[in-house]
Amino acid sequence: MTATTRRVRRGAIGVGNTRLPLGPAYAVLLLLLYLPIVLLAVFSFSANTSLSFPLEGFSLDWYGKALADPALVGAARNSLVVASTAATAATALGFAVSMAVLRFRFAGRRLLLALAAAPLVVPFVVLGVALFLVFNLLGVPRSLMTIALGHSVVALPYATLILLSRIIGLDPALEDAAMDLGASYPTTLRRVILPLVGPSLLSAWLTSFIVSFDEVALANFLAGGDPTFPVFLYGQLRFAGRLPVLIAMAVLLMTVTIILTLIANRLRSRHA
Amino acid sequence: MLGRRGSLRFLAVPPFAWLILLFVAPLLLAILISFRGERGPIDFGSLLQLSTLQYAKVVDSPLWLRLLGISALMALIVAVVATTLAFPIAYFLAFRARHRAPIFLVLLLVPAATSFLMRVMAWKLLLGSSGAINSFLLWTGVIQEPIGLLLYSQAAVVITLIYVWTPFAALPIYGALQRIDRSHLEAAADLGSGPWSRFWRVTVPLSLPGVLATFFMVFIPTVGEYVTPFLVGGTDGIMYGNLIQDFFTRAGNWPLGSALAVIMLVTTLALVGIALRVVNLRRAVA
Repeated sequence: MTATTRRVRRGAIGVGNTRLPLGPAYAVLLLLLYLPIVLLAVFSFSANTSLSFPLEGFSLDWYGKALADPALVGAARNSLVVASTAATAATALGFAVSMAVLRFRFAGRRLLLALAAAPLVVPFVVLGVALFLVFNLLGVPRSLMTIALGHSVVALPYATLILLSRIIGLDPALEDAAMDLGASYPTTLRRVILPLVGPSLLSAWLTSFIVSFDEVALANFLAGGDPTFPVFLYGQLRFAGRLPVLIAMAVLLMTVTIILTLIANRLRSRHA
Repeated sequence: MLGRRGSLRFLAVPPFAWLILLFVAPLLLAILISFRGERGPIDFGSLLQLSTLQYAKVVDSPLWLRLLGISALMALIVAVVATTLAFPIAYFLAFRARHRAPIFLVLLLVPAATSFLMRVMAWKLLLGSSGAINSFLLWTGVIQEPIGLLLYSQAAVVITLIYVWTPFAALPIYGALQRIDRSHLEAAADLGSGPWSRFWRVTVPLSLPGVLATFFMVFIPTVGEYVTPFLVGGTDGIMYGNLIQDFFTRAGNWPLGSALAVIMLVTTLALVGIALRVVNLRRAVA
C-alpha cells in the first residue's frame, strides 16, 4: 500500500461518523433477509409437501409438474405480456414527461410533474377500486389489457424518476447544435437524445417491468378470467397441496426478475 | 418541419391525457360513487344522484373506523421498524463498504427483487403450526407441542411486512446518504465535532428528507394492504383494505366500498401533507 492510498483511507475513516461494528450488523440483517427465501427455494427441491424438518430427498419433480401445468404456464405468459406492455407505455410516457418538464417552460409544467409522481402516494387498493369503477362505467371488459393500463400508471413514477435524473445531466446545447444544423426536433430527439439516454431508457423499462410483473393488489381488481401469475398465485395459495408446484414456478420466475433487477442496477450505476 | 413549440404538445399531451384518463378521472369517479345512495349497476345517467348515505353508514359503524386506526397503527409500526432497520444497512453501504459497495448492494437487491407473494408465503411456511419454526423446534426437542399463536394474527402481518419492506427501504436511504457532501463531515470534524455529534448533527439532518420519503414509501402501501393480511393474518389480522376489497367482491356494495376507499385516501394524503409541511419548516429554520 502506498503512502497516498493510506492517507486517503485514513481520511475516509475520518469523515465517517461512528465506529460501531456495522459490517457484522449488515451481515446478520442480510442473513435474516435471505433465510426465508432460501428455505422456500430448498423446499421447492424437496420431496415434502409441507415445509417441515427434516427435509426428505432432493427432487426436481415440482419443477417438472409446474412446467407441465397449462394454467401455470399460461399465467406466467400473461404476466410477461402485461409487464412488457405496461413497461413500454410507462417508459415512453416517462420519457415524454422528463423532456417536457426539463426542456420547456409551460403553464402545466409543475402539474405534469406532480401528476406523474402522484401514483406513489395513492394506496393500490384505492387506485384498484377507482380503475375498476371507470372500466365498469365505460363498459370496458376486464382483461390483461386493463391490468397493463393500471400497471402503466403505477410504474410511471419510477420510469420518470430514472429518466429525469439522466436527462437533467444532458447539456441542452447538444439539441441546439443539432437543430442549428437543420435537424427537426423529432429528428433531434431520435438521433441525438435517444442514443444518449438509451441505457437509462432500458433501466426505466426493466424497473417498470419488475414493478408490473410482481404486482398483485391492483391487478386483482382489474383481472378478467385470464389471470397474471401473481393474481393466479393469490387465488391458489390457500390450497396447501398445490403449494410446492406454485413455489417451483415462482422460483423460476423470480430468477428472471432477479437477473433483470441486476441488469437495471448495473445500467443505472454506470450512467448515473 | 416541426419546431420546438409543436414538439412540446407532442411530448406533454400524451402523458397528461393518460394520467387524466387513468388516474385523475378514476379517483374522481370513486368519490362520485361514494356519494351514491344505492348499490346496483352504475351508468352515466344516474351518476349525479348524490346522497351521503354511505358516509352515514360509516359513521354508524365505529368498528370500521377503528379498523382504519388499527391499520394505520400497524402501518406506522411497519414503516418505523423497516426504516430503522434499513438505515444502518444504507449507512454501511454509503460510508463503510467503500469499493465493495457495489457487491453489497447487489446482495441487498436480490431479496428486494424476490416475488412479494413468495416472501409473504415464506413467512406463512415459517410461522405455521406445522411450519418450519415449529417443526424445527420440535425436531430439536426445544418444544414438545407446536406453538399455535405464530400465524394468523396482527403480529404475523406486521412481522411479514417488515420483512417485505426492509430491503426496499434501504435503497432510497442509501441514495440520500450518498448525496451528502462529504466535505460537510470534514468541516464538522475540523471544527472539533466528534463522531456521534457529526452523525446526529450533520448526517441525520441531511438524510432526513430521504428517510421521510422512505417512511411514506412503506407506510402508504402498508396502510392499504389486503393481500398480506389475507394470507398470514386470518380473521384476527384483517386490515381496512380487506374491508374495501370485500365490498367490491363478496359483499358487492360498490358505493360503500368507495366511501371507505375515499376515507382512506383522504387520511393518507392528509398525513403526507402534514409530514411535508414539517420537513419544509425544518428546512426553513436551518
